[in-house]
Amino acid sequence: MNEFKGSQSYVADPELLQAVNVAMVLQKPLLIKGEPGTGKTMLAEAVAAALDKKLMIWNIKSTTKAQDGLYVYDVVQRLYDSQFGGQGVDDIEKYVKLGKLGEAFSADEQVILLIDEIDKADLEFPNDLLWELDRMEFYIPETGRTVTARHRPIVIITSNAEKELPDAFLRRCVFHYIDFPDKELMAEIVRVHFPDLDRRLLDQVLEAFYRIRQLPQVKKKPSTSEIIDWIQALIHGGVDPSRVVKEVPYLGVLLKKNEDMDAMRRVWR
Amino acid sequence: MFADFLYLLRGSGLKVSLTEWMALMEALDKNLHRASFSGFYQLCRCLLVKSEADYDRFDRCFLEYFKDVPFQQEVSQELMDWLNRPDVLNDYARWDEEQALKNMGLSEEEIQRMLQERMQEQNEEHNGGNYWVGTHGMSVFGNSGLSPKGIRVGGESRYHRAFRVAGERNYRDFRRDNTLDTRQLQVALRKLRQFSGLVDLPPTEFDVDRTIQDTADQGGMLTVRYKRPRENTVKVLLLMDSGGSMDYYAQLCSALFQAVSKSGHFKDLKVFYFHNCVYGRLYRDPLLLSRDSVTTQWVLSNLPGDWKLILVGDAQMAPYELRGGYYGSSDPDGPKNGMDYLLRLRDRYRNSIWLNPSPRPTWGPYWSQTYDEIARVFPMFPLSVEGIEEGMKKLLSR
Repeated sequence: MNEFKGSQSYVADPELLQAVNVAMVLQKPLLIKGEPGTGKTMLAEAVAAALDKKLMIWNIKSTTKAQDGLYVYDVVQRLYDSQFGGQGVDDIEKYVKLGKLGEAFSADEQVILLIDEIDKADLEFPNDLLWELDRMEFYIPETGRTVTARHRPIVIITSNAEKELPDAFLRRCVFHYIDFPDKELMAEIVRVHFPDLDRRLLDQVLEAFYRIRQLPQVKKKPSTSEIIDWIQALIHGGVDPSRVVKEVPYLGVLLKKNEDMDAMRRVWR
Repeated sequence: MFADFLYLLRGSGLKVSLTEWMALMEALDKNLHRASFSGFYQLCRCLLVKSEADYDRFDRCFLEYFKDVPFQQEVSQELMDWLNRPDVLNDYARWDEEQALKNMGLSEEEIQRMLQERMQEQNEEHNGGNYWVGTHGMSVFGNSGLSPKGIRVGGESRYHRAFRVAGERNYRDFRRDNTLDTRQLQVALRKLRQFSGLVDLPPTEFDVDRTIQDTADQGGMLTVRYKRPRENTVKVLLLMDSGGSMDYYAQLCSALFQAVSKSGHFKDLKVFYFHNCVYGRLYRDPLLLSRDSVTTQWVLSNLPGDWKLILVGDAQMAPYELRGGYYGSSDPDGPKNGMDYLLRLRDRYRNSIWLNPSPRPTWGPYWSQTYDEIARVFPMFPLSVEGIEEGMKKLLSR
């Protein structure tokens, strides 16, 4: 049996690991929510690497339609070909191109399909995929072909909670909310990125970081990717660890809004 | 086996369906909880709960239902884990079997009471003991401790006991009935849309796909197709109470205002302010300057009845402010008092709601009188995510 236990480059808490494994055993899509920067997208990469499977990413945009993930029937090309006497115009199959979901279904081996930021799309989008994700098959009326998954893909879906997802869709998913990592877990995550980081610098960075996050005045809280960038900047600038908490150098890497910077400067002693 | 738990969850408002329940049974059958109680808690949560907003509700139900489950099995399971982990061996050396059994015999209430007593007695730091509040010890209080049962005092939870995790209620802030920030409000307001595709509008938008499809079907003869434009047709009239008793809710109201004005998906939006109750004039500015105002009559005659009306206010005022003739119109046929104005608004706008940031006053009939009277005129909803969602449904009903 496949089991995901975290990986070299991805530190996950046990609850998340369990959710991943539950989803794999029960063959249900895993829905991951969480603050930006808690590594939702990274998770799929880590699972793929750990299980040594191919990862397919379907990035959802506001204009994405469920149909795009299944297949696209390129009528325009066919029209062109028919007018200029191209070969094989009769063969509709030639003009049907599978989308990401279709590709994942027809892959020769089990793959991991990441449906990234599903909430970006229209409200009805998840509903349009219910049948396909449930039965792992879809029908192409133009050619009369049914595409069935040869190996049921492991589906990981991420959401930033911009829109609420429909109940019928949620019912079919395993859900996990990624908490913002606590100090210990964060230290572990940082160590994965910077294996030989100076212990003193790490302590100071974490101290300053969590204090900033706790300031109620700061509206856009810095996240994991920001702390990584910040450490990079601190190392690059050769900042003395003792200055980190007191002066918070390179603040612009952590806080991206003017109001936040001003607010933080006001209250920081 | 514990089907009651399902009904308890459903009873508390969690929409757990049979599909999810069967998935849980299947998972238990496949031993996905790894025969541990914490594992069981996590398994239940990831299968039955579908939103972090419901985590808190779930935690409370879980506590309520399983609070009598004995801890023994889990301790032995965790002891095994500890033995496999060198980093906690040091801690484990301080494990005190006798104390553990003693602690396990304590009930939640006893521990609660002991904590209060101890807090009064204790005046210095203690770590590693089994009596005081401190870290790494066998006492029932403090953090990073080894006692199988107890109350965490500060610090991050270390040995996640299912009970304590649930009991910590980490997800309290996500609860939906909490008051809200702009983002949540915007999401709630998005429900307020009615696509013209659903409404009868002439098809005016050029439909590229179907034109090509049909042209191809016709063997290349141009066949033009049109479709109905897909846009939100909802027009919103927002009237907000400003000043006086509403000052307490200023932040909340400004969040609502920002969410409404930022969401930008309404076909049209008009915002006016009033004080206490709607009278002869409506103001464009929360400062209620008369040079920047329109008459209520102007609004009534210029904005047609298909606008959705949202009134925001605490609906609490002195009764004469609602019923008194002082605020009436000089026109003998016009509205006679505040209530009359409200009735005219309601009659004009078929879909209207009142959002109230304040709960119904419980202290005395003086303030609740106007609250109740207005609630009889307009469907009233609390100004929270849940309330707005309910309100939006009301606004969209025909």
